[in-house]
Amino acid sequence: MAIPFLTDEWAAAFQSAVNGSAAYKVAAETWEGDFYFIGELANGSQRVLYLDLWHGECRNAYIVASASDKSPEFEVSGKIGSWKKVIEKKTDPIQALMTRQLKLKGNMAKVLKSVKAAQELVNAATLVSTEFPE
Amino acid sequence: MWIFSSPKVVFGDDALEHLEHLQGKRAFFVTDANMLAFGFVERVQQRLAVAGLDSAVFAEVEPNPSLQTVQRAAALMADYQPDWIIGLGGGSAMDAAKAAWLLYECPDADPAAINPMEDYGLRQKARLIAIPTTSGTGSEATWATVLTDTEAQMKLSMGSPELLPDLAIVDSTLVMGLPARITADTGMDVLTHAVEAYTNTLANDFSDGLALKAVQLTMRYLPVAYADGSDAEARGHMHNAAAIAGIAFSNAMLGLSHAMGHSLGAVLHVPHGRAVGLFLPYVVEFTANGGGTRYADIAHFLRLPAEDEAAGVAALAAAIRSLSAQINFATRLEDLGISRDAFEQALPKLVTNAAADNQLFFNLRFADNDELEKLFRYAYEGRSIDF
Ligand SMILES: [Zn+2]
Repeated sequence: MAIPFLTDEWAAAFQSAVNGSAAYKVAAETWEGDFYFIGELANGSQRVLYLDLWHGECRNAYIVASASDKSPEFEVSGKIGSWKKVIEKKTDPIQALMTRQLKLKGNMAKVLKSVKAAQELVNAATLVSTEFPE
Repeated sequence: MWIFSSPKVVFGDDALEHLEHLQGKRAFFVTDANMLAFGFVERVQQRLAVAGLDSAVFAEVEPNPSLQTVQRAAALMADYQPDWIIGLGGGSAMDAAKAAWLLYECPDADPAAINPMEDYGLRQKARLIAIPTTSGTGSEATWATVLTDTEAQMKLSMGSPELLPDLAIVDSTLVMGLPARITADTGMDVLTHAVEAYTNTLANDFSDGLALKAVQLTMRYLPVAYADGSDAEARGHMHNAAAIAGIAFSNAMLGLSHAMGHSLGAVLHVPHGRAVGLFLPYVVEFTANGGGTRYADIAHFLRLPAEDEAAGVAALAAAIRSLSAQINFATRLEDLGISRDAFEQALPKLVTNAAADNQLFFNLRFADNDELEKLFRYAYEGRSIDF
């Protein structure tokens, strides 16, 4: 069964996919930093996923009601359609970021040293059977 | 969605004259001591004087420029307030010019984290002209900049589309005096850019033709320019090929040869072209072993035997090794004078550096750390890749 994107159920499935990924564990061994994944819907509303990532593990993942609820170190945001293309591997994540289909905020020096970890995070997302809202 | 971009390119053996029509007030040169000593800076200054521009010169760029050098140049720019920045020299000078220009425009930016995901809003104060004096890096036509973090012994291969030069002056008279060794090293860099741009994950319709043409020009004219540096036709075509390959890879990125080459350059101080060109045939074989590559296309275009992918790969790898032989270009790390002990000692650092290089992610077949170690070992001994 496909799970609706950026819901608590999806968050739980994504968290177990990340924690089941040996490649992510290695690539993100030294990573410390939490994230927002923000999906923008056509009606102007947002879905905001909070991710606590620490030393190769996703310690927590849940939906917050509003982006102002927390202040994570990093934020990736974009239209649902852009997330869909990346998660379905039709667009390379770096390509999506460079063309501003997805926007990344946070300490870039830190992210640039962990591109492999970021890629494995996306790879884990591709393992979740996902249903994308319009 | 993808974006193709290119600077305005002025090429030919009189391209410098174009600068006589430049509109502006003050130009700031970022270059190296040799360019000053060879009179190249003066040649450009004369053209600028015709256009009514004053200029100031920072001629302290070292090979593999450091973050500190870039910061010094940016501080001088802030004093001089130029409306044109001129990167004159090889890749080091042009890359330093790009990074210093960014700091001049955005003093708060972190030079160690120049990246394509951020908006810098450049061109409020100045625009950039790149004038290459080698036929290699293609930096005149790219938004890439490679700086060296001397403390961490790492090359920082970074960039931002905003760093693409506004104008590239590709004047072949500036490369007529290049020594044969530099001609060979930089020429192999051109070939590597072109092959990697055509065969990686971001290759696209707009860059493909440029990449193929640059491969063809290099295969044809590099041996001629190497054998007779005064052959103006060969020099001109190689100078164009470098910029063409630059446009190709600036729009399609590179691959594993560059990840390994950057690492070798930073750890064992091998010149860039010599490093990436050495790895290229090994990377072709390794990537082809993963299947689904486009090397046979290149072989076809070069009219090499390529009835299927395997034959094309073999023919291309052989053609690269044959080109190397014609220009006395080392094909094994051992031949670079790296002792077995020095190699073994450097190997862990070579692997971790290459694994952290962003160009790795665009290679069609991803190399994990174990594979990287094997690739370095095979390249040390000159063994064809069988994994
Ligand atoms: Zn290169």
